[in-house]
Amino acid sequence: MKTICIMCPVGCSLNVYEKNGEVIVEGNSCPRGEAYGKTEFVNPSRVVTTTKRSGAFSYSLKTDKPVPKTMIFKVMEKIKKTPLKELDVGDVFIKNILKTGANIIVTGKLTI
Amino acid sequence: MSSFYDVIVIGGGPSGMQAAIEAKKEGAKVLILECNDSLGGILNQCIHNGFGLRQFKEELTGPEFAYKQYSEVKKLKIPSVFGAYVTKIEGEKITALVRGKEKEYFSKAIVLATGARERTAGEIKLAGDRGAGIYTAGTAQKMINYYGKLSGKRVVILGSGDIGLIMARRMTLEGAKVLKILEIMPSSSGLRRNIRQCVEDFEIPLEFSHTVTRVVGRERVKGVYYAEVDENLKPKLETEKFLECDCLLLSVGLIPENTLLSEVEKNIKKQIIVNEFRQTSIKNLFISGNSLHIHDLADNASEEGAIAGRSAALFARGALEELGEEYEISFSSAISYTVPQRVSGCGSFKIFFRAKQNFLRKKIVVRCEGEEIASKFCVGITSGEMQEIEVESGKVKGPLTVSIE
Repeated sequence: MKTICIMCPVGCSLNVYEKNGEVIVEGNSCPRGEAYGKTEFVNPSRVVTTTKRSGAFSYSLKTDKPVPKTMIFKVMEKIKKTPLKELDVGDVFIKNILKTGANIIVTGKLTI
Repeated sequence: MSSFYDVIVIGGGPSGMQAAIEAKKEGAKVLILECNDSLGGILNQCIHNGFGLRQFKEELTGPEFAYKQYSEVKKLKIPSVFGAYVTKIEGEKITALVRGKEKEYFSKAIVLATGARERTAGEIKLAGDRGAGIYTAGTAQKMINYYGKLSGKRVVILGSGDIGLIMARRMTLEGAKVLKILEIMPSSSGLRRNIRQCVEDFEIPLEFSHTVTRVVGRERVKGVYYAEVDENLKPKLETEKFLECDCLLLSVGLIPENTLLSEVEKNIKKQIIVNEFRQTSIKNLFISGNSLHIHDLADNASEEGAIAGRSAALFARGALEELGEEYEISFSSAISYTVPQRVSGCGSFKIFFRAKQNFLRKKIVVRCEGEEIASKFCVGITSGEMQEIEVESGKVKGPLTVSIE
């Protein structure tokens, strides 16, 4: 599988394949790239970021770890449907969202 | 609060905040003038991740990056004036409109960190109707991320810069259908990872060497005509097609916001000329971040803010007055510009530049009067990414040239 590493702005071209039951990553320039290549091969995952209005505030939110790509739209839906009471930067909004193991946390809070 | 300062920073985004932080650490009395109601600048609406790896060694979203800087500004007790629109800079005097009232501030040194603005439909001479639904990508980003308003349901994006790519994903996540991204150039100026995670992840068609030829829809955008372009970027009208949509987002470049500095020396490209301290031809005036030149990353804009802020503090206490002679930096035809454009060479410094095209396995070389004083081997140099090379202290004895060999 050929892909581009998304772990930093360099964007290394990766070649990922399986050999003797082991996932091999080539083309990475750092350990983060190797880890990314392996996950991308087995279970592609992404950090999801979005915003939600509540009262006088606009909250920016993120998953605190990557969630499987197939779950991205379900995560968005869940965030939309869950009421948000007043929180601060760094607070957990939804714990272990849809059993992905990722929490939705507040990354920013703006008064609108 | 007295209105006399050592360093006033105009603009509280990533570059301005860092300038204020570094100036304060140098012992200066610092004030930030910010036109919005909070610090952070454009970072507040850049809710995606990918910031901070360089400055904080961890991956952060835009608001988290801003929050880290803001926490330091707060810890250092640096005051800010919000809602402040600076209208004039004359010597040590800054005039600003603050919530409708004209105010004056005085500062020994001034750092301009006013960021950039987006190129608009008018500036690219976009043809056709001007119905509702034509937005710059950054405006659409602000609408959704601040106000929760989606600017359209069937979207075409013109230009594949990073903001356009980020918005392609953002609109998709919010339920809009991004029909196409059209890029007039044969390649994208956006980061490769954004092509991967914002475009390919969602199977959004990205067509190179294509542009919008005309917008249709007087009240509201009804669609766009688009066509392939030839090598001179002229649309081939025989390839023109119609695409029904209700929104056109423009991601067609950023322009440094430096209109406050009408008096300073600029080069032919209208770039403000600075030395390695980010000092302009008006000696008490420093400039950094996107208002000087467009950066790829907030981390880089912040790094430049640090230089400008520290230098401004040194200037304010009279420690930057004996720089001696300054020398021009020229560059080979493969390079489009450098920052700084001139140096005194008092200490070590970095030269930042952009290449005009992509190169593989090349050496960046800096020469002073023919003698090599710095060099660096690069596996790949891409036109989309800012390059940098460090020159050690004491090496500059005359004009410099930078080249890719």
